[in-house]
Amino acid sequence: MSATSINIEVCRPAGIPIHTLLIKRWDFWLVLVAIILSLPILVVFGSLFSPEVEIWKHLYETVLFEYIVNSLLLMTGVGALALITGVIPAWLVTMYRFPGSQVLEWALLLPLAMPAYITAYTYTGIFDIAGPVQTGLRNITGWQYRDYWFPDIRSPGGAIFILSSVLYPYVYLLARAAFIEQSICVLEVARTLGCNSIRAFFKIALPLARPSIIAGLSLVLMETLADYGTVQYFGIATFTTGIFRTWFGLGNSAAAAQLSALMMLFVMLLILLEHRSRHRQRYHHTSTRYSTLLQKKLLPGPAITAAIICSIPVVVGFLVPFGFLLQWAWQTYPHVVDTSFFDLVAHSVLLAGVSALLALFLALFMASGKRLYPSPPASLSIRFAGMGYAIPGTVIAVGVMLPFAWVDNTVDLWLRSAFGISSGLLLSGTLFVLIFAYLVRFLAVSLNTVEAALARIKPSIDEAGRCAGYHSLTLLRKVHIPMMRGSLLTAVLLVFVDVLKELPATLILRPFNFNTLAVRTFELANEERLADAACSALAIVLAGIIPVILISNTISRSRPGHDHRT
Amino acid sequence: MTTALELKQITVACDQGKILDAVSFTLNEGEIGSLLGPSGSGKTTLLRTVAGFEQPVHGEVWIKGVRSSNGEYLVPVEQRNIGMVFQDYALFPHMTVRENISFGLTGMTKFQQQERTAELVELLGLEKGMMDNYPHRLSGGQQQRVALARAMAPRPGILLLDEPFASLDIELREQLAGEVRTILKKDGITAILVSHNQLEAFAMADIIGVMREGRLLQWDNAYNLYHKPNCFHVADFIGEGIFIPGTVINEFEVKTEIGMIAGHCPHGLVSGAAVDILIRPDDIQHDDSSEMTAIVLGKAFRGAQFLYTLELESKTRVLSLVPSHHNHPLDESIGIRLEADHLVAFPR
Repeated sequence: MSATSINIEVCRPAGIPIHTLLIKRWDFWLVLVAIILSLPILVVFGSLFSPEVEIWKHLYETVLFEYIVNSLLLMTGVGALALITGVIPAWLVTMYRFPGSQVLEWALLLPLAMPAYITAYTYTGIFDIAGPVQTGLRNITGWQYRDYWFPDIRSPGGAIFILSSVLYPYVYLLARAAFIEQSICVLEVARTLGCNSIRAFFKIALPLARPSIIAGLSLVLMETLADYGTVQYFGIATFTTGIFRTWFGLGNSAAAAQLSALMMLFVMLLILLEHRSRHRQRYHHTSTRYSTLLQKKLLPGPAITAAIICSIPVVVGFLVPFGFLLQWAWQTYPHVVDTSFFDLVAHSVLLAGVSALLALFLALFMASGKRLYPSPPASLSIRFAGMGYAIPGTVIAVGVMLPFAWVDNTVDLWLRSAFGISSGLLLSGTLFVLIFAYLVRFLAVSLNTVEAALARIKPSIDEAGRCAGYHSLTLLRKVHIPMMRGSLLTAVLLVFVDVLKELPATLILRPFNFNTLAVRTFELANEERLADAACSALAIVLAGIIPVILISNTISRSRPGHDHRT
Repeated sequence: MTTALELKQITVACDQGKILDAVSFTLNEGEIGSLLGPSGSGKTTLLRTVAGFEQPVHGEVWIKGVRSSNGEYLVPVEQRNIGMVFQDYALFPHMTVRENISFGLTGMTKFQQQERTAELVELLGLEKGMMDNYPHRLSGGQQQRVALARAMAPRPGILLLDEPFASLDIELREQLAGEVRTILKKDGITAILVSHNQLEAFAMADIIGVMREGRLLQWDNAYNLYHKPNCFHVADFIGEGIFIPGTVINEFEVKTEIGMIAGHCPHGLVSGAAVDILIRPDDIQHDDSSEMTAIVLGKAFRGAQFLYTLELESKTRVLSLVPSHHNHPLDESIGIRLEADHLVAFPR
């Protein structure tokens, strides 16, 4: 017997049989969970391999071109606008000090709390013909309704404005991190070589941050592609609205699946883009040392300009819509906030809470499994299980519905032929299916958080625990979980808020007459009762501020070498 | 000789207090200066003040006869014609070696750029094959040379080196310091090296400043710093040595328990004053025939020599460098003799 195997014999604690059973099969369970969770995506993807010529012909002749053009148009517009709105403030708040710069550093993230559809409803309320802007204009000028031209918010241009105003923080966040991580020496050395600060920005800082900025951009594009609420409300035909219409309007599930599959190819391209950028970024660090990041104090003129430039995204993306929501909620709460409103809150909290806890449990199970028993199947399982985050809610809903409908129909058919009774729909249209869809979509959020937290626990701690005779599950319970309590709470909160905000999958999969805050907001807005929608919208936004606080906390600690001189 | 750099009473402060306190020195054209001191002594801040990254609250920086900074006025870094090599090299990771080196060569024709780059490749002994590589493919020593070439390319008025050898192996440091000195001298470049390693500074610089708590204690050559330190802190920081008590006999002599030491006493010390005398390890010679003895308390093998820690009868300790074939065990009593050429005394 070799020395190592003796060691293993000595270190292996005496296990309780039921644990041993679970542990010996741990990677089996991992693979099983991964397969079940990636099933909806595989189903949609699989439909690509059984293309139905008739359907494609029909789609091609009718709507396909419009979907693709509109989606590309939105992506181009939102991408360009989000780049400008994200990168410039990121550079200004990182490099310079001006009035409000420290507040703006985290305030620029606030639009993340606004789901795009809520911003869309709010700005429609503001810019509509009966809204405060046009009314004010008429009062000042004395014009009548048809006397003047006013840009229509319900247009592709309007959607680009709305989506970029809430999505730019992804670019801002990653660009800012990249600017900070660039060893400041690189910028200083450029100046010693005769480079002024504008040339240094374009020649050094921007090229170095490019991989991060592209990664942020690809997140923005994924979210743009996945958006349903805004484009539906503005009546723009894109992939998401198309899938919805094909399924519910035309009742053609096969065509919806084909469209979903095509859309998923777009997403895959974006994932590839993001992945490549992150990979390249590793080579963009020649240094592990950081020197003091001294923010340059701007002169009064430039300082005010910088403050204005950086305030615009916060005002447009958060303060204005939030302010109007507050005002409308104040006007309407007496007749909106009643028992049915609390039912909405209860439904939302129930769904979000159960999903968040289940996601945490699954994430802990999978991440610990990979840590304690690392193997290629375990790593692969985790990547598969986390795939859903990039997939639009509409596509996931289609992917979830198809297999469950198949199960329901098969069971029903069998029961009828064998016993002559009909089971009807067992699973479809139940909360079970909805929660399952949330897990598919958002497991990655808690998985990433838990994995990152586990990675921070050194392997020697495991080894010490195991040599002290602790069983791996005991180790998890007694050592790992207490050590990562903070991160686990973060994981729960992030999934909770994501589920609370989720619209398209909830719309499609919810049980009949089961309403949530997001769905009710959507319904009221579509009935043109924008002010009445404010209370439920505000509840979602307030919950959405939680992750913003979490991220900005991390941000304030993320300035390497700050306040440190030699 | 013309003055390349002159600092007049430079004071730099932050919210917590003064980082530099009235620092003054001059550096002549073609000279290599070094700022030496423990971390936190302000040497990097001083370098950054010369570069123009920091503005003094008081005092003036003159570069090549141009007033470059004072309390109200600051020539921007990019207009100072300085070169800087950073501790982590700070090579541009998205540019090739060639692009890195020629980055500062603006206002030159393509041909002139190529010529200057080729000159530096030759001077620094860079391999031509690596010119199109990206920095992450190079070893630490190669990156260091590229960083130096990049800083030297535009022929800066002053080259500033901020601990350029700190990320290299200890064995490489002294050797590279010597090589860099040769290169700079060949190109006639005026330079300032910041270091906390005295051997590195000795190997490279013509003139060295010892810094402590934001003050420049002494600005002198290596020999004088070692043998004629102007204060207790410089004596303590440079080289090895131990202070032993002594009594002033007259202007030229001090009596200690190991004998009389001749030299110039500091001003204002009257006969009978108590002083601390710096005894370097090379001041104490091992001599078996000597009547004076000391007990071996500790010894460190240094190849050709042993560094013995010895205890005198009065329990005072001294250090002695002894050829390593004199291998005495601990606690043995050995004969010693005082052979001091310099008198370094400070009032108690």
